[in-house]
Amino acid sequence: MRMLINSPQTVVTDALRGMAAAHPELDVDVERRVVVRRDARAGGRVGVVSGGGSGHEPLHAGFVGPGMLSAACPGEVFTSPVPDQMVRAAAAVDCGQGVLFVVKNYTGDVLNFEMAAELAAEDGLRIERVLVDDDVAVTDSLFTAGRRGTGATLFVEKIAGAAAEEGAPLERVAALARRVDECSRSFGVALSACTTPAKGAPTFDLPDGELELGIGIHGEPGRERRPMMSAREIAEVAVGAVLEELTQIGPADGPVLALVNGMGATPLLELYGFHAEVARVLAGHGVPVARALVGNYVTSLDMAGCSVTLCRADEEVLRLWDAPVRTAALRWGL
Amino acid sequence: MRDAEFFRRWMAAAAAAVEREADRLTELDSPIGDADHGSNLLRGFTAVRAALEAEPVPAAPGAVLQLAGRTLISTVGGASGPLYGTLLRHTGKALGESAQVSDAELREALSEGVGAVARLGGAAPGDKTMLDALVPGVAALGTSYRAAGSAAEDGALATVPMRARKGRASYLGERSIGHQDPGATSSALLLGALADVAEPAGAR
Repeated sequence: MRMLINSPQTVVTDALRGMAAAHPELDVDVERRVVVRRDARAGGRVGVVSGGGSGHEPLHAGFVGPGMLSAACPGEVFTSPVPDQMVRAAAAVDCGQGVLFVVKNYTGDVLNFEMAAELAAEDGLRIERVLVDDDVAVTDSLFTAGRRGTGATLFVEKIAGAAAEEGAPLERVAALARRVDECSRSFGVALSACTTPAKGAPTFDLPDGELELGIGIHGEPGRERRPMMSAREIAEVAVGAVLEELTQIGPADGPVLALVNGMGATPLLELYGFHAEVARVLAGHGVPVARALVGNYVTSLDMAGCSVTLCRADEEVLRLWDAPVRTAALRWGL
Repeated sequence: MRDAEFFRRWMAAAAAAVEREADRLTELDSPIGDADHGSNLLRGFTAVRAALEAEPVPAAPGAVLQLAGRTLISTVGGASGPLYGTLLRHTGKALGESAQVSDAELREALSEGVGAVARLGGAAPGDKTMLDALVPGVAALGTSYRAAGSAAEDGALATVPMRARKGRASYLGERSIGHQDPGATSSALLLGALADVAEPAGAR
């Protein structure tokens, strides 16, 4: 293992210290692991708080700022944060308008945010929760913990954050967030396993010349292993799987937001090449791409590979997507 | 009858067992989870040990377990934090405020704790979770503490051929088969630690 770290025990704390140093516009509580937008309480807005295991950077702390998240709680690597962090974050951003928790569908995140919501409610805060579950690779949800939350988290956080910035009330922000989740689907592909600092070795063996289809973002193997394919072939499988489900929830030729997301170790050269194939497959299906985003946004440490997320977008969602945002990892219009 | 000191020793023994087995738990968590079960529990139980050493030991067994449970919820994260925290908190609550509890009362309280874990996780035995060790383990408490430890260990081993239906391992579907569940394994450690402090004569 060769990693640019001091020790597996301090990897999250060290990253937060760096984030504090690089982004004075953020209020980073390194000890308690809460990242807050400095002016979170100035606007009388609904708070939008998210969090999850570390290792997915820039998600979520990289999306804290005007037009997106009010605060984020980073957990240990691939481990949900604890309720204390979420309660603290909610209290730090609440100005009487209530707080939306954006929760990815993993048992740990769900349970910890559930406990946090109860505790915050006991403190008198109004809390709504939205569960992000967009991963089509998990189909037999009766026998699993349900679809995983992956790339659509970025869409949900951007749209909810923009709505909150506009002054929308909590119920409205939550309803929009749920709608974005319901209209989004993702599919991921791994070309290598990732290495968690604690284990120091790849989380699964992926022999040369093979790839793993239908992966999540925690280094867990996917649903199927196949011989290596070209970007064109992978795009056909991934987009095909996503569209198959999307056609059940919206007009087949409606415009989409498209995210081609790198898992952490795939260069932009490859991601853009892959996006070209994604756009080609979508065009072949008559699906217009209203907006596209290509880059590393919801990563899985040093995993090579990518995911495709599509969201059926109406005019309101597009308007909120285009609304100004200024965070460490996503910024436009400001 | 068991007093608060007994429960403090149980938690200390659990912490020692987690420390001893942390690497193995993480190894088991590697093929079907995300390779951190050992390090997460180690962080939690280290905090539990510190909490029970730093403060004057609570006078009641129930309070010891509730403090341990709260500490796990505040330090572990993931699914293990809320689940283990709930197990100990609910067991502690069920023990009430008595300074001494009987073995029968402990058995009853543990059943309630296990029930709370099942409700929180929405899981049942056979889903390849910690319940596969806890349920048979607590059932065997009627016989002896040692029997409970063994039954929990057998329960953990019995998760190998199961297909996971809860938690992150469930995403692997068929591919979760053939691996021992790390949560069931650590649950067996917890009941094994209880056996070690309750019946030290039969030490392993």
